[in-house]
Formats: sequence, C-alpha cells, structure tokens
Amino acid sequence: MAESGLLDDLYREIILDHYRQPRNRGAAIEPTCSADGANPLCGDQVRVDVALVDGVIGRIAFSGHGCSISQASASMMTEYAKGRTAAEALRGVDAFQQMMLTGEPPEVDGFDDVAALAGVAKFAARVKCASLAWKTLAQALAEGGGQVTTDDGSR
Amino acid sequence: MTSPAGLPAIERLPYDLARIRRDFPILKREVGSGAGLVYLDNAATSQRPVQVLAEITRFYRDHNANIHRGVHTLSVEATELYEQARAKVARFIGAAGPREVIFTRNTTESINLVAHAWARKFLRPGDEVVISEIEHHSNIVPWQMLRDERGITLKYIPMLPDGTLDLDYARTAITGRTRLVAITAMSNALGTIVPLDVIVAQAKAVGALVLVDGAQSVPHLPVDVQALGVDFLAFSGHKMLAPFGIGVLWGRLPLLESMDPFLGGGDMILTVSMERSTWAEVPAKFEAGTPNVGDAVALGAAVDYLTALGMDAVREHERALTGYALRRLADVPGVRIFGVPDADRRGGVISFELEGVHPHDVGQVLDTKGVAIRTGHHCAQPVMLALNVPATARASFYIYNTTAEVDALASGLEDVARFFGVR
Repeated sequence: MAESGLLDDLYREIILDHYRQPRNRGAAIEPTCSADGANPLCGDQVRVDVALVDGVIGRIAFSGHGCSISQASASMMTEYAKGRTAAEALRGVDAFQQMMLTGEPPEVDGFDDVAALAGVAKFAARVKCASLAWKTLAQALAEGGGQVTTDDGSR
Repeated sequence: MTSPAGLPAIERLPYDLARIRRDFPILKREVGSGAGLVYLDNAATSQRPVQVLAEITRFYRDHNANIHRGVHTLSVEATELYEQARAKVARFIGAAGPREVIFTRNTTESINLVAHAWARKFLRPGDEVVISEIEHHSNIVPWQMLRDERGITLKYIPMLPDGTLDLDYARTAITGRTRLVAITAMSNALGTIVPLDVIVAQAKAVGALVLVDGAQSVPHLPVDVQALGVDFLAFSGHKMLAPFGIGVLWGRLPLLESMDPFLGGGDMILTVSMERSTWAEVPAKFEAGTPNVGDAVALGAAVDYLTALGMDAVREHERALTGYALRRLADVPGVRIFGVPDADRRGGVISFELEGVHPHDVGQVLDTKGVAIRTGHHCAQPVMLALNVPATARASFYIYNTTAEVDALASGLEDVARFFGVR
C-alpha cells in the first residue's frame, strides 16, 4: 500500500497504533461528568467519562465504537486531556477543530500525537469521525454533560 | 408491452458489455493515485450513458422553453418531448396509459405524494398501514409522520436473520383494518428481492392497496405494474441512467383521480378566483409549478436505453455477476456477507463486513485503489439494528460492471486486511 501517499497522510502509523492499542478505553473510573457523542451517518458512538478534581481532569476514559480515525482520535484526546484543567482542555478542543479546518497542526502543548490527525482535514468525509471525541469532551465539561452529535443534517 | 400511439418501437440490442462500457465515458477516468475507476455504488446512483447526456444537451440547445399553454414553436416542441417521455415511462412499466405517470423529484417525493394526497384524504384513526423492517427511510418516515398526525396504526413485517421478510408474520400483520401495504420490491441495504406476489395476494385478500418502493427494482428488474397487480409504484430516475432530480409516481388512474392534490400552484389548476380554485385533470393535478422538463426528457432516453438492452437481459447480467461476487467475496478471509446467499433471490447489492476493520476504513482504503463502494447505514437503520451492526460496506452493480471489477474489489479487500493488520 506504499503506493498511496494520500492514504499514508490519513493513516499515519501513530494513528493506527492508537487504534490497535487505545489508551484509556473502557477504564473504570468514577466520573464527575460524562457525555455521549454520536455520528449517526456512519454509526460512530463514543462516551467520554471525566473525573474532575479541583478543576483538573484527574482521570478520563472513553468507550464506544467506530472507525479507526474516530477511535484513535478518542484515544489521543484522553491522553491529551489527562492532567489538564477543564479550561485548558477546552482550548485544546478549539485548537483541534481549527486543525480540522486548516490541516495545519497547531503549536499546542501536548499535541505531539494529536498532530498526526492533521491529515484528516484533506478527507472531508472523515473530519466528523476525528472530531467526535473532542466535541464529546467539550460537552462533558460543559455544565451537566449530555449528548452531542456531529450530524448537522448534511449528507 | 403495448406501444402508445406516437412512440417509435425500440430495437433490441445484444448484451455487449464492451459496447455498453464505451457508452459511459466516466468509467475510463482515474481516481486517487491513478487507479482506474471501479464504480460499485450503483444502488446510490448509477452513471449516465452518452445517449442520456446528449439528450439533455439536445433539449436545452434545440427545444428549450416552458411547457403547456405556449403557442410558440419551442413551447409546443418542449411540451411534446415532455409528454413523450411520460409515454415512454408508461410503456416501460406497463402502465395502462401515460396519464398514470406523474413526474416527481424522486422516490421520496413520490411516496410523500401518496402519504399526503391519498392517505390524508382516505385514512382514519385506527386504519392500518403495513410496511417492512427492510425499508429505506423514505418508506418509513412519511408513514411515521402520518401516524403521529392522524392516529393511524403503523405496523411492520419483520426481517429474518437472512435478510428476507417473515412472510408468516405478514399474514397476521395484514388484517381487515389494513388499508395500505407500502413495501420495497428490493432492499437497498441487502439486495433482498421481496416476493411481491405473496404480499400482494395477502393485501388484496383484505382489500388493501399496495404501494411499491421501486427505487431499486425498476432500474434492475423487469417491472410490469399490471402483472404485479399493485396500486402505486415509486421510483427515481438517477438510479436508472437518468439525471438527478426526476422521479416517478405511477398510480392506477381511478385512484389518482380520487385523490386530493399534493402541492398547490401553477399548472395544477383548472380555474382560480380569489375565492376558490378547481383542479386540473391527472396528471397535471399532481405536477404543480414548472416541472423538471429537461430531466424528464432525459429519463425518456434512459428508458429507451434500458429497453434496447432488455430488462430481462439486465437482470440476467446482474444475477450472474452477483453470483460470481458472492462466491468470490466468500473466499476473502475475514469477509462476512449479509443477506441471502442466493443470487436468484437478491439483486446486485452485496452488504458485507471485513472482520476487524470498520466499514469506513474499508471504503477509504478501497478508494485509493479506485474501487468506489458505499459504507454506513444506507438509509436503512432498522436493518442495521436487526443485523446488530453499526454500519456495513456495500458493493452494488449495474449494467456495465464486470467480473474483473469484482476481482478488483476482492483483491482490494485482501489489501485492506493487510493494511490494518487483521490478516
């Protein structure tokens, strides 16, 4: 498959690594806030559980199912968010969304692995997959948690 | 097949795959990193042959004008072409006459037309509409909306694990209170061919009407509405070589005449005063506003193209190709095929999964090899729920697909498995 540089942009080795060995997936924590995210058009589902201690994300876990991009992105998101304040994590969500628009990895502390997802921006159909866990984290951190969907009704 | 006056007979051509492929220039293009296109997403939309593309151009270049009531030459010609297309479609499906053919945007609009113009007029709370679990969302949602608005009862015939319908259950679901059975002739998600004769017999035994969602069947199977004994047939042009944005509702003429209009506006009226209006005759009553004339004319050309091939030959080509694909894909390690394993009972649609790889990823990697398939729920979420999968990968065939393209799909899937390290 080496003939396809475009494909290598999407499926960077670090992404496949997170897909095959997801971090913080299904970890048993006692969450202080949670949210469920869904991408109805492709059937991706993710749940994000966060244990906040004095405004800092002490523990975080995700569960659900989806394509390699959505699962790897969720894994990376948990690694990024752990140990950060809620406010800092939300800035990370914004930086991630910006990266999905520009295709450029931002200068953000802790984005070492996350930056590998910048190539997803070239694949319009996959941006929703990559964004799901991040939007769900933002929802979990918002007051009361709840549900989020990447489905804006477009096809 | 009866030939309405004024329509030239269509000469039957031999089924020459090489010649057919030459009619579709898009099949020669490259995608991704220089791979040749292998287009296997025909259940979503077909490609269009040069004959149809030429007809679109010819209409706008030589005959373009608004139809009806125009006295000038172009308007008269455009009206004739539009009505001729209606007659071609009527002949193609065995309608009693062209007036039974209503042009819409697509299958979805055709079904909604029946839900609004027939069901809202004639159904009362407690009346039953029966659908099935393998319907496309377009034949589920309009009836749920009607149920919530009018208090009708909506029932469905469940899917068996092999993707066929539970016909024994259908016998009990269709009762004396059933007024309409709205059912697909072929599942877009699984390819299941529904035994309409059984369903129609059950419906007729209780005096219910039958609406057939023909979005997948009319492009791929011989369809004769008289032989089927159904009452409504809905289908889309874009899945059968015609442009987007043109669809058909066929209905029995007395039924259409008994119905209220769908949309109100120009062209669907006989008279309008500031107090009230009266309705035009069928089919104009259901074609409010300026219709999609150019694409209707192009649908006529598409129907001519399919008629020349012969729908029995189209079905035989796809049956053989589907049989080949079912055998070929079964040999790919990790591939699990959903639905009936028998090409005699399914159309050219194969939903499958590759163990350990999400369908999205399967489709993405295949795309780099030029192989275009669809992944997701295929607007049939109840089917996904019944299969207990979030999504499937789906390959679907048409008149121009070859066994070599099936081989490209199979070897592509082997590459996908290697790429994700599941084999």
